[in-house]
Amino acid sequence: MGTVLTAIIVLLLLAAAFGVLLGYASVRFKVEGNPIVDQIDAILPQTQCGQCGYPGCRPYAEAISNGDAINKCPPGGQSTIEALADLLDVEAVPLDSEHGEEKPKSVAFIREDECIGCTKCIQACPVDAILGAAKQMHTVITTECTGCDLCVEPCPVDCIDMIPIETTPNTWKWPEPPAPMDLIATDRGRGLATSEAH
Amino acid sequence: MSQVFSFHGGIHPPENKKQSTRAPIGKAPLPQQLVLPMQQHIGGPADPLVSVGDSVLKGQLIAEPIGRISASVHAPTSGKVIDIAHYPVPHASGLSGECIVIEADGEDRWIEHEGIADYKAIERTELIEHIRASGISGMGGAGFPTDVKLHLSEDHIVNTLIINAAECEPYITADDMLMRERPHEIIGGIEVIAHLLRPSHILIGIEDNKTNAIHALEAAVKHCDLNIDIVVVPTKYPSGGERQLIKLLTDIEVPAGKIPADIGIVCQNVGTTSAVYRAVHKGEPLISRIVTVTGDAVRHPKNLEVLLGTPFRSLLEACDLRPEALSRLVMGGPMMGVTVDNDRIPVIKTTNCLIAATQQEMPPAPPAQACIRCGMCEQACPADLLPQQLYWFAKGREFDKARHHNLFDCIECGACAYVCPSNIPLVQYYRFAKSEIRTEEREQQKADHARERFEARQARLEREAAEKEAKRKARAAEAAKAQEARKAAAAKPKEEATEQATPDIKQLKTAAAVARTKLKKAQKAFDEAAAGNSEGLAELEQALNDARSKAEAAEKALEAGSPAPSEGGNAELKQLKVAAAVARTKLKKAQDALKNAEDKGLDGIDKLRATVETLENKADEAQKAFEAAQPAETAEKTEAPAKPEPAAEPALDAKALKQQVSIMRTKLKKAEAALEAAESDDERSALQADVDDLKKRFDEATEAFNKVEKAKMDAAAQAGIDLKQLRIDAAMAKAAITKGERALKKAEADDEREQIEQELVAAKAKSDELHKTLSQYD
Repeated sequence: MGTVLTAIIVLLLLAAAFGVLLGYASVRFKVEGNPIVDQIDAILPQTQCGQCGYPGCRPYAEAISNGDAINKCPPGGQSTIEALADLLDVEAVPLDSEHGEEKPKSVAFIREDECIGCTKCIQACPVDAILGAAKQMHTVITTECTGCDLCVEPCPVDCIDMIPIETTPNTWKWPEPPAPMDLIATDRGRGLATSEAH
Repeated sequence: MSQVFSFHGGIHPPENKKQSTRAPIGKAPLPQQLVLPMQQHIGGPADPLVSVGDSVLKGQLIAEPIGRISASVHAPTSGKVIDIAHYPVPHASGLSGECIVIEADGEDRWIEHEGIADYKAIERTELIEHIRASGISGMGGAGFPTDVKLHLSEDHIVNTLIINAAECEPYITADDMLMRERPHEIIGGIEVIAHLLRPSHILIGIEDNKTNAIHALEAAVKHCDLNIDIVVVPTKYPSGGERQLIKLLTDIEVPAGKIPADIGIVCQNVGTTSAVYRAVHKGEPLISRIVTVTGDAVRHPKNLEVLLGTPFRSLLEACDLRPEALSRLVMGGPMMGVTVDNDRIPVIKTTNCLIAATQQEMPPAPPAQACIRCGMCEQACPADLLPQQLYWFAKGREFDKARHHNLFDCIECGACAYVCPSNIPLVQYYRFAKSEIRTEEREQQKADHARERFEARQARLEREAAEKEAKRKARAAEAAKAQEARKAAAAKPKEEATEQATPDIKQLKTAAAVARTKLKKAQKAFDEAAAGNSEGLAELEQALNDARSKAEAAEKALEAGSPAPSEGGNAELKQLKVAAAVARTKLKKAQDALKNAEDKGLDGIDKLRATVETLENKADEAQKAFEAAQPAETAEKTEAPAKPEPAAEPALDAKALKQQVSIMRTKLKKAEAALEAAESDDERSALQADVDDLKKRFDEATEAFNKVEKAKMDAAAQAGIDLKQLRIDAAMAKAAITKGERALKKAEADDEREQIEQELVAAKAKSDELHKTLSQYD
């Protein structure tokens, strides 16, 4: 009887001690906000284009953390989907074409002769990449432009073009080497399959 | 003599250097056109300073560096700038970059240039600036701007300067020939660099296959005061790699992600030292370099001193190319160089070799086979990496893992691919992986930047909205305050007015109304009592009389209290009229009551009758008073303006006349309409008479009005005053007065107030005068 009582008391004390420890830890190491949202947001391309149906990348990141699909980001394309799948440990699915196709990266260009200085594009630009004032010609700061297309729609004179970014020697990428040849006849098709998968 | 250490790995490919060392350095022919890429170095491209059509002299600066890590570009010969556009540049991608094209005039005329007589006498920064202005960048292959390296002693302790003369890659002999032929230039350059970096000792690392060069350098070093060690290292590829050479000469490994300067070492290529010598001692910017032109497809492989911008084709021609034998043109060495398929690509600062290879010499790469995990690549890797592991990661696009296996420490020397029994193009995989990672990083950076900007914009918008809201609220509050102030200001004069006319009219009015209601009630009660023939009638009557007297008193007080009819007595007239009407109504009521009582044969009839009589009297009085007031009023009205009017023979008010005219007109019109509507003849004739009469009266009135008007105009004309002008002046005077009053209110200082008051008085006087004149004619 005495041993049983001792055991119960010891266990109770232990439970109380750990409870206090856990309670303290939950206060001391409290994490503000949702860290997974930050991680998702870091993967998203930050074009703030809204093609996913959310007003910007962060709202979409929040939606993903709440269980939305990861394939609604055309500017990020397949690589973003893969990175998200990796992060969230879910299946990488192909891009949902409902939200748009993956297009080559581009920047907005204002045909300055035609610009009437209405400032509509300036208001639409999510990253303040358009320079200008009312009744003054506007121009795009190409280094700041994310190519989100949001300025094209509001332009009343259609003087904004989306120009694909040209590859320069500095931005050129080495191509992936061709897959090695098949060693034996039964391997035929396997290399192809792997290269396609990539 | 320094000790020689060793580095891990390395290979011994066939050297193939002898072919191009037989002949001395030749001079490449001057081509017709020179194409100068703006980016011949690592870092930001230079910015053109010339425009199309400009004439340039040899050595003239044509493009300036943009940013710290950048190099200027000079005209290699005299001539004319014929184009600034995109041309194919020597790059693995085969893409185009911005270039300045100079058409040589053949004169090769130098711009005025002068070396620095005593470089030790000038400031170090000035000397480095001179080297920067000469456009020197590393000539070993990477092309890092030299001046940046020369600044390293400022924030690093540099104790060893290593001159890289290893030239380990097969085929290339440019540095070898340079050392053989111009050792004094190299030593001179080392002296300058040593002056800038102040190392405690200087090592020249050279492979043992360059015997002639070693002899030449040793001879030159003898005349030098500096502590220079020529360290002969065994021939092994890639001993010329910076890190490998450092390991060879000092046994120190440069940590991953750091630069040699972090461990106190700076490396310079021999070609660079020669260029520094020329820039400092002769004032010649970097406009030419030595290029090895070799390969089995040229008949006379040799080294050529080539102007930058010279197309490969003219070099190949100078070395007697056999076009039919050429299968592959390689820029750089066979291990690290890249194949180019355009022989118009120009020589740049980093072009050290051009190999025109035959099919036999460089057969196409055999098809790659699967990795068998033999581990030979690991044995060969001079950077101590795991090439096959990196290969798997690159192939599987697991770039993060590749990074963790130090992919970026790979120098892309090609040793692993050289030894690979499966012929896997390993270096291509690493290059692919590296560029993928770099692109990703760039995109990530851009995304972070965009996020920052987006968040900044959001914050700004929110702030602006908040500010707007705050402003709006402030404005609303201010408006409310102003409203209150206005109300208070409006209430004040009223109060004053009422205070003057004590007792309060309003109060009086209310009292009068209350008294009247009471009277009415008493009357009603009395009537009812009278109707019911009840007792207490006398009491009621008493009450009624009380109420009546009270009401009368209240009414009287009201009359007395209401503002004195100062202007024209119009108000008084109205009041009298109202009083008369009230008296009449009362009389009627009393009469009705009397009739009622009489019908019923009651007691209080006499009393009522008396009341009616008094009321009758009152009504008459009121009517009389009203009538008396009315003519007086009209007389006043007509007389007042008549007095000052000299030409007012028909003493009539123009306004009244005008009114009369319009009344007549209306009446006439009505009568005419009635006439038209009339049916019977009698009626018509009667109406006709009316109309005629009205017509006559209308004509008369019109005439009278016209007369008055004309008289007025005449009077004005006589006085020589324009009425309109007068009116405007009067209005202006009035405005001046209000302005003055406002200013007076605002004015605080007494002096100021006095002044304004004086001005106000003057303005008032003027205004009065004007008004008087105006009223004479109006």
